[in-house]
Amino acid sequence: MTQNILVYIDHFQGSPSSASWEAVGAAKTLAGELGASVTAIVVGAGVEAIAKEAITYGADSGVVADHAEFAEFRPEPYADALSKIAAEADVLLFPTSGRTRELAAMVAVDLDTGISPDVVAMEIDGGAVLSTRPIYAGKLLSKVITREKRPQILTLRSRAFPKPDPDDSRSGDVSSADIAPGEILTKVDGYSEAETGVSLSDAAVIVSGGRGVSNNPSLTPPDDITDEKEQEVWRAQAGFKLIGELAETLNAAVGASRAAVDAGYIPYVNQVGQTGKVVSPDLYIAAGISGAIQHLAGMRTAKTIVAINKDGEAPIFKLARFGIVGDLFEIVPALTQALREKLDK
Amino acid sequence: MDFALSSEHEMVQNMVRDFSRKEVYPGIKEADRKQEMIPSTLPRMGELGILGICIPVRYGGQGMDYIALGLACEELEAVDTTLRVAMSVHTGLSSMTIFQWGTEEQKEKYLIPLASGEKLGCGAFSEPGAGSDFAHIQATAKKDGDGYILNGEKMWISLASVADFALVTVRTNPDTDKASAGLTSFIVELDQPGITRGDIHGKLGVRAGSTGWIAFQDVRVPVVNRVGEEGEGFKVTMSAFDNGRYTVAAGATGLIRASLEASVAYAEERNSFGVPIADHQLVQAKIAMMAREYEIARLLYFKAGWLKNQGKRNTYETSIAKHFATDASFRAASEAIQIHGAYGYSDEYDVERYMRNARGAMIYEGSNEIQTLIEAQYALGRRKDRALRCELPAYDPEYFQSPS
Amino acid sequence: MNIVVCVKQTPDTAATVTVEDGKVSWGDAPLVLNPWDEFAVEEALRLKEAHGGEVTAISLGSEGATEALKQALAMGCDKAILVSDPNFSGLDSLQVSRVLAEAVKKVGEVDLLFFGRASVDSDTGITGSQVARRLGWPALTLVAAIKAIDPGAKTISVERMLEEGRQLVSGPIPAVMSVVKEINEPRYPSFMGIRKASKAEIPVWSGGDIGLTETLESAVTWPEVFAPPKIETQCEFVEGDTPVEIATKLVDRLVEEKVI
Repeated sequence: MTQNILVYIDHFQGSPSSASWEAVGAAKTLAGELGASVTAIVVGAGVEAIAKEAITYGADSGVVADHAEFAEFRPEPYADALSKIAAEADVLLFPTSGRTRELAAMVAVDLDTGISPDVVAMEIDGGAVLSTRPIYAGKLLSKVITREKRPQILTLRSRAFPKPDPDDSRSGDVSSADIAPGEILTKVDGYSEAETGVSLSDAAVIVSGGRGVSNNPSLTPPDDITDEKEQEVWRAQAGFKLIGELAETLNAAVGASRAAVDAGYIPYVNQVGQTGKVVSPDLYIAAGISGAIQHLAGMRTAKTIVAINKDGEAPIFKLARFGIVGDLFEIVPALTQALREKLDK
Repeated sequence: MDFALSSEHEMVQNMVRDFSRKEVYPGIKEADRKQEMIPSTLPRMGELGILGICIPVRYGGQGMDYIALGLACEELEAVDTTLRVAMSVHTGLSSMTIFQWGTEEQKEKYLIPLASGEKLGCGAFSEPGAGSDFAHIQATAKKDGDGYILNGEKMWISLASVADFALVTVRTNPDTDKASAGLTSFIVELDQPGITRGDIHGKLGVRAGSTGWIAFQDVRVPVVNRVGEEGEGFKVTMSAFDNGRYTVAAGATGLIRASLEASVAYAEERNSFGVPIADHQLVQAKIAMMAREYEIARLLYFKAGWLKNQGKRNTYETSIAKHFATDASFRAASEAIQIHGAYGYSDEYDVERYMRNARGAMIYEGSNEIQTLIEAQYALGRRKDRALRCELPAYDPEYFQSPS
Repeated sequence: MNIVVCVKQTPDTAATVTVEDGKVSWGDAPLVLNPWDEFAVEEALRLKEAHGGEVTAISLGSEGATEALKQALAMGCDKAILVSDPNFSGLDSLQVSRVLAEAVKKVGEVDLLFFGRASVDSDTGITGSQVARRLGWPALTLVAAIKAIDPGAKTISVERMLEEGRQLVSGPIPAVMSVVKEINEPRYPSFMGIRKASKAEIPVWSGGDIGLTETLESAVTWPEVFAPPKIETQCEFVEGDTPVEIATKLVDRLVEEKVI
């Protein structure tokens, strides 16, 4: 019997995430090996177009649970709907996000099955999906498999699987699952502004700063800042401004080491590492980061690492493809300038 | 015999370690360079109860035992010596000595605010002209009605410029046969007319700490502030050193560990001749020495702490522990620099600070030459412990922990 | 308020983790309270301090795995319970969530159930949501701030940290919450707490105590753990006389290698 692979398309208020298309692409690869079909599932309000878009990325068909009450994501009603749709599926894939992590977890309980979050690789083993996921913040990898129970639920780490090119000539059926949400216990009261320009998890390029960004004695804080700690934070913020300018030139996200976050230089959302975000960009520029083991665990899988540090013996250079031993306050602005010229910005 | 730490001791160790690594370590290099204290450190140590760790709850402390005090000192000095110095003078020299020798009224008035960290204390004993030859200090106090009038100068006093109270020993009788019999100790409130004080700059080490001088000019101290009897000042001061030296021993042990840990990390990371330098036997020899001396230093202070817990005199054991650990901490830091090569010589790495910080402890709280003499006197049978009128109370959990 | 915090014992994050004989090894690194859980314990304690009540820490682990619970007690939790049964070892999240849900039910009337955002070992971050699902309570994950809580009206309003920004959500209690680092600064254990914790007899609940005596079968298995392939990089140091020269050389190299 043909296996049935479902891919949940994650969207924020109707905008699908690019990781969703990566998941469709990964599903398509699996489908090829298993001789399966790929169905894209979208839950939301007015989301039929998203299902159609999923088909252009490789899904064979789409199913939508469309209801005004689904406009704002809440895990409980979404899980109710998804558990109904996916009850007979063999494989249920999600792109990983804050939303899908809880959603997938709940569906696994509903359907009494196994779940493997943050998957970075998949292979077929005896007709089942053998996934690989990082543990201990990527210091180790673990293979995970759900042998008996179905569906096998996996959430795929963003940027771990290639994003397919859309093919507008593809077509497929989009059907509607007639599901109305029951009583929804929670209410979304609103959003405050996002704190970072480019999100760390999706960024192809990340520029990170460490404790070293405060280490610029030539900067004199304004007279009204007399507290030593505040002066240090002021200096650090001036340092992160340089990091930010470089990031902007590269359309990159700004990251930071735990030391910089703990010292109050930059908010926690920017933290890369074992107790922050684990990232895997194409290019990771580490400025003033010596490379504590917790930090390395969070960025070691970046394709190319550039390290800028005063200490040529800093552990970060062991992972780096390119290294610059020097003062970040000189190098970073020069790099921003050189890139602007090169990229014609 | 049991060499294992209790889970209580392990938790104390972790708590103090977390505090010092998280709150002090990030700023210590800068503070050391600037020769300034980190302003938040002492208030935080007070707030968290570290400053009153081994003082009974009824006197504002935390009611832990003397091993816990040692473990706290080890963790503090593994980050920076200045933290442990605060323990030595605030907790060791002043609080514990008031706990040992003070009257109930003195404990109510002075020990409670000290142990709870509301007020800071120090011990003012050394003078510009007398340190090791302590019996011949010059500062004086003359009886005057219901008080004494103090005159003279004390020097090399840690926390001199920030402390609220000092335990001060001065000469009250110039005519005794033995010079040591003419000394008397007092608790002096430092915020009063006639007292001037300041910090000494340009020290080799402990640069993020306060070390200074206190000058007394016709300072009136009430009789009720006398600690012990008139003429007991030498004994009170030697008790203070038994307490202070113990914290120095435990702290220096932490400094050995810090040098060892820094050396191990660096030796595994740095390559020469195509291998990590940890593969070279001459580097291994240095690391082995640090590891060995760390273990020895730790056993020595554990034994002294155990004796304190039992309420037994420990002058001899404490002297050995202090002497060995401080010498070894300097050796360890110096070898750690050697392992780090030229990097160790720069303040980009911590080990050069360790070495500068280690040096002072070979001099203060009884120079290591004085310790040698103490050890020799005991070994030759020329010195015997005689019971003191007031001994440091043994650790009795019930007494230490009950609120009153 | 009656608050429960689920905590886990994990190796210290500074540990060097390796694979020995097919098993994860962290050498002699100490086992600690999962760092994320410290934020959960702290938030529970703050709520208790503000609204009264009791905080109970629960941990599922092997016999003797009490370090995390002791730390929770030393920080100020009122009670600690170790859920331990030979039948519970090596469970997947599907079954772990079942055990924890039953344990929470046994505690009685609970208003809030806290989790850290994930554990630093298995790193899944799904257990809280699964327990919420089993209990039928709303899951408020990735909470960065509790904006309002009304124990009388049984409502709560929180700020969650999502990729897109901070989301404000309100709902009823009992609820399950997982918290992120921004929510607070965890306290150190107090000496008083340390004494209490080291003397505490931590009760152990077995499968029988929480009504789970049948064999629990994990849905997933872990056929292999392995160290990631060593990244063979030879760092190419870019040098030059001026920052501008160095920067230009680096950009040229990045373009040559098609990085940008």
